[in-house]
This record gives sequence, structure tokens and C-alpha cells, in this order.
Amino acid sequence: MDINTKILKKNAFRITKERYKTAIRIRVPGGEMAAKYLDTVKYVAETFGNGTIHITTRQGFEIPGIDIEKMAEVNAIIQSLIDGLEVNQTDSNAGYSAAGTRNVAACIGSRVCQFANFDTSAFAQRIEKVIFPNDYHVKIALTGCPNDCIKARMNDFGIIGMNEPQYDSYRCIGCQACVKACEKKSAGALKFENFKVVRHSDKCIGCGECVLKCPTGAWTRSSNKLYQLVIMGRTGRKNPRIAQPFIKWIDEASVLEIIKNTYAYVHNYIDKDAPGGKEHVGYIVDRTGYQVFKNWVLKDVILNPKAQVAEYIYW
Amino acid sequence: MAYKVTGIRFNQYLKELEKEYLIFAPVALLGKGAFTNTDSVRYQKITKLEEVELTIKANFSAKEILLPITETLFYFNEDNWTEPKVHDKKILLFLRSCDIHGIKRLDDIYLRNGCEDPYYKVFRKKVRFCLIECYESFANCFCASMGTNITDEYDMFIRPEGDYVYVGINNKEMGRLDEKVVDLSPRFVMQNKTKVSIPKELSKGLAQSVFWEEYSSRCIGCGRCSFVCPTCSCFSMQDIFYKENKNMGERRRVWSSCMVDGFTDMAGGHSFRKKQGDRMRFRVMHKFHDYKKRFGYHMCVGCGRCDDACPEYISIAHCANRLKSIVEEK
Repeated sequence: MDINTKILKKNAFRITKERYKTAIRIRVPGGEMAAKYLDTVKYVAETFGNGTIHITTRQGFEIPGIDIEKMAEVNAIIQSLIDGLEVNQTDSNAGYSAAGTRNVAACIGSRVCQFANFDTSAFAQRIEKVIFPNDYHVKIALTGCPNDCIKARMNDFGIIGMNEPQYDSYRCIGCQACVKACEKKSAGALKFENFKVVRHSDKCIGCGECVLKCPTGAWTRSSNKLYQLVIMGRTGRKNPRIAQPFIKWIDEASVLEIIKNTYAYVHNYIDKDAPGGKEHVGYIVDRTGYQVFKNWVLKDVILNPKAQVAEYIYW
Repeated sequence: MAYKVTGIRFNQYLKELEKEYLIFAPVALLGKGAFTNTDSVRYQKITKLEEVELTIKANFSAKEILLPITETLFYFNEDNWTEPKVHDKKILLFLRSCDIHGIKRLDDIYLRNGCEDPYYKVFRKKVRFCLIECYESFANCFCASMGTNITDEYDMFIRPEGDYVYVGINNKEMGRLDEKVVDLSPRFVMQNKTKVSIPKELSKGLAQSVFWEEYSSRCIGCGRCSFVCPTCSCFSMQDIFYKENKNMGERRRVWSSCMVDGFTDMAGGHSFRKKQGDRMRFRVMHKFHDYKKRFGYHMCVGCGRCDDACPEYISIAHCANRLKSIVEEK
């Protein structure tokens, strides 16, 4: 058998332990899809694979035990899935067009969760439209609130939903439910003074706990959806670490611009001698330093006025 | 008797009323619910019928128009005190039958329960009611069980239908329309899915019943049930000394609730009803027993807002029905 493994891998297949067998990774942008697409996953696993499915860490399905010869057939069958999940693709019926940039993962978000400050899956799908297909190794995850259930801080870009709470002191009855909750469960940003609540905006992490706890609606959500962007978290062999805050109170448009600019930065600075031509974005930032990264990704970005950019980051 | 007018004409009518009235009605505040992308329906000042949310139950009752959440009673300095100005306009309030019955309960508490409360009275005298009809019962409503589904205590009522609005006038003060007159009276909901049956005698033994203990583990003491309730009328006092000058300040009264911490705090640090089950007993017995002994009818008007609002899914309707089965077992 003659097969170009480089092309196979970029097509979201894997060279497996068992010779002549491969596995395909089906990815689900934002981690949400119509249940009907499971039928396709099941069909591929039972018809071409060994009848099992591995649930991946990045919200996808890996289907092992597929004959390498059957890749084209499998790609044709999963076209309905690629179309249905609105995955960006270069050539129809040819499967995934790249596998470097990983699936954009999301917690369940505000469609279901009371804590979530935004619709994580919808934002993930908008990011999909901007960055795919792409061979550069970048991991992005979105989480609805600072609980960070998706573990966005283990990604190159973690997008954490923030809510800048709005206070109507007239409606506040001084029960201190928000003050107690903020102290015990969050940042301790609220103080009780003269029977009303004072919020220390520099401490506030925008979790939304005060809004959730308020029985009279004195605390409400801002109509302006903002995020905390944390960067360059990773697992792996060299210096695993969690992501650090890059920009607080940033808006969606700026996040999208920054992620787009990151690919230009990677293109310019990637180690041309890296093994397999692949270098993880986090290691590039290690080499160039934060300031170079910052200048590249903020180029031509008009940040919203509330955004606060970290001057230095020490991972 | 009612006038049939176009929506445009009705808005003109509201504009004319505005010279004399502040008009308050339930309004859907987009994105102002507790959870992301949820709304909150609250009483707000309106100028047009289109602003009014008529299709769903308001999350908060109309009581806050008569009973401000935070109300400054007077300002003081070293020697003097002054009362804040109260606007000189009357108030037109859009509300449903249950809420009109709710205000009757507030009247009992603030005007017919010993001495009159002057602060409440100032607002109460100004208020006129515009009845909102209920075509069908909302979730958790049990007004029919409480006898609050029907009222004739309204000054006017409206029934929007397509491009027209039927305006029923029950008070000459409101009569500024000379359009076509039709014979029309307001529609009321005659039954609800939720039915509540209150035992005639809630015996004393019930106060000690283990029945309440369950609520100690379930209730989180947030007070939402009270704050959305049209008949909960408790407040606490706050004396504020301004930070910049401690010789000046103001006295406020602010909504309170028997369900939240601090309600029973006394000088010296003593407090009672520490367990949520005890607070639940106190509140439920007031709504379905104690109040009736004094005023002859139950305090609860069956609007079901407490059941709508409870984050722990505690239902007061269910609780009341359980009381009945306990009383009957004895």
C-alpha cells in the first residue's frame, strides 16, 4: 500500500497502531449538534469501523478500525455531517480540509446553564467560520462563566463569559445575598455600605453571581456581552501550564480579530525546522515573547473602550 | 358599556391622561431576567399601549407603585428635618383582577389595621385602576380558589382586539372618549388548572408539626416569594448618615421579608424563627389563617407569583393543599 500519511493526517484521519487501519475524527463545533447526526456517526462506525466510537476531549467522535482504503467512501458519507454542522470545507465530499487547528470547544452555555453569561456554542460556531480550515496548531475553547467547566484555561485561547452587573440601588432591599455569595463563591468584590451595595470593579470577575442571587432584580445583566480572553494554556510534554489573562472585558468583534491576527503571527514566526513542520502556537510565543505576540495580534484592532490589556504576562 | 376606539386614538387618550396622570403598566424588560437572554416583566411608566406586556403575567406585582421598594421618609440634619416632595399627579395603574385584590389587602394592612400609614395613603389616594383582562389562566394561578378572579373595583378596563381597543369606563374621571359605544363587560378567568383548598380550621397543633421541617432543608431563604407577592407588605427601617457629613442623613423604609435573614433580629442580637421551615410556617399561616381571623378573608390572592419565582421549586399552592390533607387526617 502506498499512502501519503501527511495528507491522510491533514484529512482528520490517524495512522494507528494497527497497520492498514485508520481512525477519523468527526468534530462538533461548539459541542452541540442535532441528534440526527449521530445516525451517520453510528453508520460509519458499524459499516467501516470496528463498531466502537471514542468520545474525544475536544467534543468530537473518533471512529477507529477503518480500512485506509475506505477513506474516500467514508469522506463521502460524512459530507451530510460536515454540511449539517456547518463545518468550513475546501472541497466537497473530500472530508475535513485541515486538522491542525482543533475543534472549537464550548461548555453547554446559556442555552441550558443558569450560570452562563453567553451562548457559547453560537460564538464557537462564529469562530469556526473565521479560522477554518487551517493547518496551524491552535486550540480554542469557550466557557460561559469563570467556573470554566470546559477548561478554557488549558487552551491557547480561552474565552470566558463576563457580565458587567448593573445595579439599581432603588430596588435593593439590603438582604446582602449578593455580598455573601460574592464573598463565599467568587471574588469578594461587593461591600455593604450604608445599607446598599458597593461594587469594586477592579476586583469583579463578571461571574454574574450577584444577578443570580438578587431577589428583587436590583442587579441585572448588561446588554453588552463581554469576555475575558486568557491565552497560551497547554498540556503536553514541555512546560504544561494554565492560560493567563490577556484582555479583560473585551467584546466579541475584538476577540475574532485577535484570533484572526494570530494566524498571521504564527505564519511569520513558526520554526521552519520544527519536526513535521508543526509548532504549537504557545511555543512560538515562548520564543518571541509576549510583547511581540501582543503587537501582532492587536494590529489594527480597535478594542472596545472597556477592554483592559495585560501589560506583561508571566506564565 | 365600552367605547370602541382605534389603537391610535387610544394612545391619544393616554396622552391626554398624561397631563394629569403618571401611567404605570407591566413592561417586558429585554435581557433583564436573572439568566442570560431572559426578560423580566415589571411595572414601568408607559406612554403607549404598545409598551404594555399584556400576554404574560408580570414577574413583579403592581404593589411597588404604592409601596416603593426604597422610600425616603425624611431627610435630617442637626436641627431640622424635611419630607421629600411627592409628585402632584394621579396614577393610572394597569393591572389584573388578582392584583386589584392584592391592593385591597395592602389597604387593610396600611389603612384599616389601627392607625393609617400616611406614606401609603398619599399614593393610594392618587391611584386609579385600569383592569387588564385574563383570557386564560397562567401557570401556577389559583385566583378562582381564592375568589380573586373577579373584580368590579376598577376605574376602567381595556380589551385590545386587532387594530381596535375596547375601553370600558367605570369612573367618570376617566371618561374622555366619545366614540362608538358598545355593550361590553370584562372577561374573567373562571377556573385554573391549579386548585387550592384551604382547610377551615388550621389547628394550633399544626404550628408544631414536623411537616414544616422539610422546608428547612429545601428553602434557601432568598425572599423571592415575598418580593413578588402582591400582599407581602413588610418593610424595615434604615437610618443613613451620609459619608461626607455624618450630621446629615435620611430615614428610609425598605421592603423586607419574613423569609430572609435579619428579619427577626432584635436589640441585643437575639432573633427567632432561625430555621427556614419556621419562616415558611409563619408566612403560610399568615397568608391562609392569621390574616383571615382579622379581616374575614384570606391574604393570599392566588396570583401564583411565589410559585413562579421560587428557585427551589417550592409551591405554596401545594403546601396549602398538603395542610388540608394533614388537617383532615387528624
